[in-house]
Amino acid sequence: MKHPLEAYTREGMIPHIWCPGCGNGIILSAFLKALDELEFDMDRLAVISGIGCMGRVAGYVNADAFHTTHGRALALAFGLKVVRPELKVVVISGDGDLFAIGGNHFIHAARRNVDMLVICSNNFNYGMTGGQLGPTTPLGARTTTTPYQNIEHPFNLVQLAAAAGAVYVARWTVVHPRRLKESIKKALGKRGFCFIEVISACTEGYGRRNELRSALEFMKWLREVSVIAEGVGPEGAYIGRDKIVVGEFVDIEGKPEYTELLWSLINDVKARAERGEIRVAL
Amino acid sequence: MSMNEAPGRLDVLTGTWFTMGDIACAEGAIAAGCRFFAGYPITPASEIMEWMAYRLPQVGGVYVQMEDELGSMAAVIGASWAGVKAMTATSGPGFSLMQENLGLAVMTETPCVLVNVMRGGPSTGQPTKMGQQDIMQAKWGSHGDYELIALAPSSVQEMFDFTIEAFNYAERYRCPAIVLADETVGHMREKLVIPEPEEIEKRLVSRKRPRTPPGEPFAPFMPDPEDLVPPMPHFGEGYHFYATGLTHDEWGKVRTDSAEAQFKLVSRLCDKIRKNKDKIIKYEALWLEDADVVIVAYGIVSRSARAAVKLAREEGIKAGLLRPITIWPFPDEIMADVGERAKKVIVAEVNYGQLVREVERRVDWRKVIFFPKLGEEFHTVEELLKAVRAAAR
Repeated sequence: MKHPLEAYTREGMIPHIWCPGCGNGIILSAFLKALDELEFDMDRLAVISGIGCMGRVAGYVNADAFHTTHGRALALAFGLKVVRPELKVVVISGDGDLFAIGGNHFIHAARRNVDMLVICSNNFNYGMTGGQLGPTTPLGARTTTTPYQNIEHPFNLVQLAAAAGAVYVARWTVVHPRRLKESIKKALGKRGFCFIEVISACTEGYGRRNELRSALEFMKWLREVSVIAEGVGPEGAYIGRDKIVVGEFVDIEGKPEYTELLWSLINDVKARAERGEIRVAL
Repeated sequence: MSMNEAPGRLDVLTGTWFTMGDIACAEGAIAAGCRFFAGYPITPASEIMEWMAYRLPQVGGVYVQMEDELGSMAAVIGASWAGVKAMTATSGPGFSLMQENLGLAVMTETPCVLVNVMRGGPSTGQPTKMGQQDIMQAKWGSHGDYELIALAPSSVQEMFDFTIEAFNYAERYRCPAIVLADETVGHMREKLVIPEPEEIEKRLVSRKRPRTPPGEPFAPFMPDPEDLVPPMPHFGEGYHFYATGLTHDEWGKVRTDSAEAQFKLVSRLCDKIRKNKDKIIKYEALWLEDADVVIVAYGIVSRSARAAVKLAREEGIKAGLLRPITIWPFPDEIMADVGERAKKVIVAEVNYGQLVREVERRVDWRKVIFFPKLGEEFHTVEELLKAVRAAAR
């Protein structure tokens, strides 16, 4: 029997490497369902990822895909997108990859408003390397590198993305797969820099050190603390161990998009040069 | 010299010019068909990116300024897989940051050109002064085993010509190719002759492309047996390729668990250069047949060395010059031949001992005289002539 989404996965790469109880499969599945429901042309899609558990996702999608170095997914995706603006470029990676080692590329891609969808699996830690402190680890949480407690304030990714200039910003958790899928569908249809944060369950790396010892406990906790916000801006996108506000926080239309500006400049300069209006001398 | 009229074609500015090395490099890139540049400002390479920002849009190419050199090199890889010839340009500190994704370019067999206009280091060093201190970093700067191709220009003309060559090497062997220039060559102004477009086009090489149509089974890293280089698909063509920095097989499948896959991949990445080295290696030889004293020098220093060798010959000293044009792969066989015949080999470079190590691997080290310089100055003709005289005694 075939899985209904099998055509969207890369032959020979499944089963995936993720642990039992990991939320990343839910995110991948929501992404593939969104593509399926949109009848998305898979030849027009490029999936780029960085390093870490979620970084493996590029290998699982049956589209052109690139698994880059740690943190550089957005920069590589940018180089691709500016050359081939007609392609839909989706970056899917983890919170450490996108916001610690790759944080600079994120804020600059958002600032430029390059047409791209970034989906971040936020699992509050570095899962693949064994549960170390990440840029999103809650204050007071335990990780393998904060054995007493975390004394660092975490990033609020929604507020960061909004402040950096993203035109669409949403946050969901893996207990909101249908809303996540709808959000992905919406973002795939937008033009500009779109960001979706998905709070993922990581029992092996984060949960077992923070009283969320099983997948079920983790999912129950996510359901308990999540509050769906309607009509709330990024300032209301609170995230903590006691409460996680989810929903859409930014949805802007009409902001000039980078590749449109770039190619309009290129076409204009090229036409002027071809008309002999630009004299080149070395 | 007066400047020519604006030429008919905007991509190849045929004519005789008086210009700067960095600009010649940018023009060489455009003439070679480069249509993507990503960079980050750094002295003494900034003129390359400034010129690309001005020139690329005129020929329909994409210029982007990145947030750092990590991103520049990553964007170059993305652009190359999007189907265009792509490059970046930097200097020592930026070159250090690019090593990470230079490794990714090696591992994913991405054709790309990286220009390093070398200045003095370590660290911030001497930003406005010339140096040749990144010779070893160009070969060994990224982790793991790999081979790449690096060329050292010595004139404004060679900044143009070698940049074209670098693109040809990168496309031919699907690897990063490095133009190892230096501040003097980058900033000096002299004559540049740009040939007719047809003449340049005859020289150009493009990457091999898939021979099976999209939709059919296609292994994006399956090498052709004769040259070990696989044909390359591009984004958006329907091949649905997967490229990864992880150890992979011919199909692009992750094989982190397999010693066999690791050996097969890494050995091929190295061997596609090593086994084709006779086609890659370039050098300039002057009077090596009977030379007792040979100077080994590259880049701008080779010009002082050539003059010194000529003057020494006038004095009756059997002097010769070996100038590696490809620094990597190093011209090892000619170096070994020189080492057998010559009594002394002087290695003159603007660092504290880099290419001299490659020389000493091929020549009895007791014959080798190392002549380093550091800082603004490179070796003058007089200094090298004195060194030749002393060696000949």
